[in-house]
Amino acid sequence: MSLIVAKDLSKTYSTGAAKVEALKQVSFEIEAASFVSFIGPSASGKTTLLNLLGGLDRPTSGSLTVAGEDVSLLDRRRGAIFRGAHLGFIFQDFNLIPVLTVYENVEYPLLLVRTTPSAERAARVAKLLESVGMGDEAGKYPDQISGGQKQRVAVARALVTEPAIVLADEPTANLDTATAAAVIGLMRQMKDRLGTTFIFSTHDPRVVNEAEVLYNLEDGRIVGRREPRGRAYAQAV
Amino acid sequence: MRKLFEIAIRNLVRNRRRTILTGSLIAVGIIAVVVFGAVAGAFKGMMIAQFTDAVLGDLEVHRRGYVASIDNLPLTLNLSAQQVTAVERALQSIPEVEVYSPRVKLGAMFSNYLETTSIRLNGVDPEREFATVPLLPSRIKGGAQTIRKGEILIPDLLAQGMKVKVGSAVVVIATNQDGSVNALQLAVGGVLVSAAGPSGRDAYIHMDDARELLRMEELEISEIAIGVREPGRVNEVYAQLTRLLASQVDAGGKPVFEVHTWEGLSPFSSIARMIDLLAVFIKVALVAIVLISVMNVMLMAVYERIREIGTIAAMGTLPGKILAMFVIEGFSLGVFGTVVGGALGSVIVLLVRAARPTFDFARVEGLVLAPVVTAGDLLVVSGIVVLVSVLASLQPAFKASRMEPVEALRHA
Ligand SMILES: Nc1ncnc2c1ncn2[C@@H]1O[C@H](COP(=O)(O)OP(=O)(O)OP(=O)(O)O)[C@@H](O)[C@H]1O
Ligand SMILES: [Mg+2]
Repeated sequence: MSLIVAKDLSKTYSTGAAKVEALKQVSFEIEAASFVSFIGPSASGKTTLLNLLGGLDRPTSGSLTVAGEDVSLLDRRRGAIFRGAHLGFIFQDFNLIPVLTVYENVEYPLLLVRTTPSAERAARVAKLLESVGMGDEAGKYPDQISGGQKQRVAVARALVTEPAIVLADEPTANLDTATAAAVIGLMRQMKDRLGTTFIFSTHDPRVVNEAEVLYNLEDGRIVGRREPRGRAYAQAV
Repeated sequence: MRKLFEIAIRNLVRNRRRTILTGSLIAVGIIAVVVFGAVAGAFKGMMIAQFTDAVLGDLEVHRRGYVASIDNLPLTLNLSAQQVTAVERALQSIPEVEVYSPRVKLGAMFSNYLETTSIRLNGVDPEREFATVPLLPSRIKGGAQTIRKGEILIPDLLAQGMKVKVGSAVVVIATNQDGSVNALQLAVGGVLVSAAGPSGRDAYIHMDDARELLRMEELEISEIAIGVREPGRVNEVYAQLTRLLASQVDAGGKPVFEVHTWEGLSPFSSIARMIDLLAVFIKVALVAIVLISVMNVMLMAVYERIREIGTIAAMGTLPGKILAMFVIEGFSLGVFGTVVGGALGSVIVLLVRAARPTFDFARVEGLVLAPVVTAGDLLVVSGIVVLVSVLASLQPAFKASRMEPVEALRHA
């Protein structure tokens, strides 16, 4: 079975009398170790879909299996356990914890989500900070580093637990062109190295073609699937 | 766990001004409680001591019904020698009882051969009486600080009114239980400065003189005053003694004796209770201050950090851990205020003590107030404040732990 299986997935928001169908019977499958992007205009349902994949929200109908778990059934606590075990998150606004240093931010999931022994923790954090090129900034606080550096730290934080899937909702929206490309490049590098599945959403034409599999969302529906580089590309480099 | 404390403290430091403000508010409340408690406690202790240590003793035992008719000093309600022995046996079995002093009390006429007035006589064994009410000797002005046979100690107002001095010859006249009137010639052995309270007509004579005046074949005792080792344990002694004496019943099945603590006898017990009540009110105010300010700060903290809460929840932090994070922050804030307030409060009390403030109470002048803060008091106040801080942060923390990560993350 694929790592992610979505079948007839729908999500309807009802605010008062008004109902918004954010996702309409969406079906797709995502294999392990793939680099997938959902693109589409504003309000097309990208964030809604990523929230469902992350077990942060529940679908209105349809089925969704992520890493073998039916995420439509998770309550608050079990959702947290599921995310801590299988997922990493990268946010548009970086969302580093301001009172924690770069090092501590990366360490957080190992310390307060899981309970990794301290020696292993130190080794993993150091290695990841090194591989995202932030080894020299470990002692700095988030407000002392640039946006691109913050997102590198966020990538390290998402990967430190070695999750099966990393979800990133518009990870480059707040970055300039060069930095955006560098962050996406870093994500793909990590995917190649660790075999992590990355799923990111964007409407940024600069990074669209970096994905191996590209789903086009429009008005809550998948209207196209492309493989701009294809799996062959990843194996070639 | 250590990391949770670190995060809490850094978050408190992040909002330095707010933390200092709230911490100071808590500290001021604690200072008020500590300083008031120490000063009022010292005042109360002194006030009680002035009367109990000079007149009453810590506890007194009488025949049942004596205290109700104490204004008449009824000789008919005296304790027989046999009953006195029973009480003494009980007293000797209670280790907390330090001393006791039997007294013969009677109403009498006091005459300087020109004028006559009524007085209340206390026949005592001087040594035991002084041990039981240790402030009594210090009240004797003029004359020797003792009570000799053939002498009488009279209150200063009476001495002035009757124009007698130390050494003057006086006569006391009393009626005994059989109705015979007897007189006894005495010399004024000393003048008593009034103790605080209604003791303006209390004179002291030697026990043997009282016995002679009343023509007692066998010594009868009106009351037994008791001094305990630790004033704080009066109620324990009271309970023990009451239990021990309860077995003594009369023909009608009613208890023979009655035991009272100073509180039941002192005219100041209501003032003492008022001071205690005030202290409770100040503590209640402190609890309210801590509850409201900590809850307010923690609600603000939760509101400011909605996105952070969403982030850590999305990463898989369990709701219980998010709850703990905020509770620990409130706890730390309470501890901060407590440490500052406790330290400053103790310093203030020490300064007050060092300044040796004096005050006059009733007709006693120049009493030095010596407030102390005990570790126990500090611990109780600190415990209350920290506990209330935790309780106050529970609701905001619960709110944080129940947030939907999607909504929290969407929050601007
Ligand atoms: N919590 C919500 N309540 C009501 N409607 C919502 C909610 N979240 C999203 N929507 C609506 O669902 C639709 C899809 O929103 P979504 O945020 O998934 O789009 P998006 O593709 O991520 O857009 P953008 O590129 O602007 O981030 C929109 O019409 C949006 O207004
Ligand atoms: Mg979006």
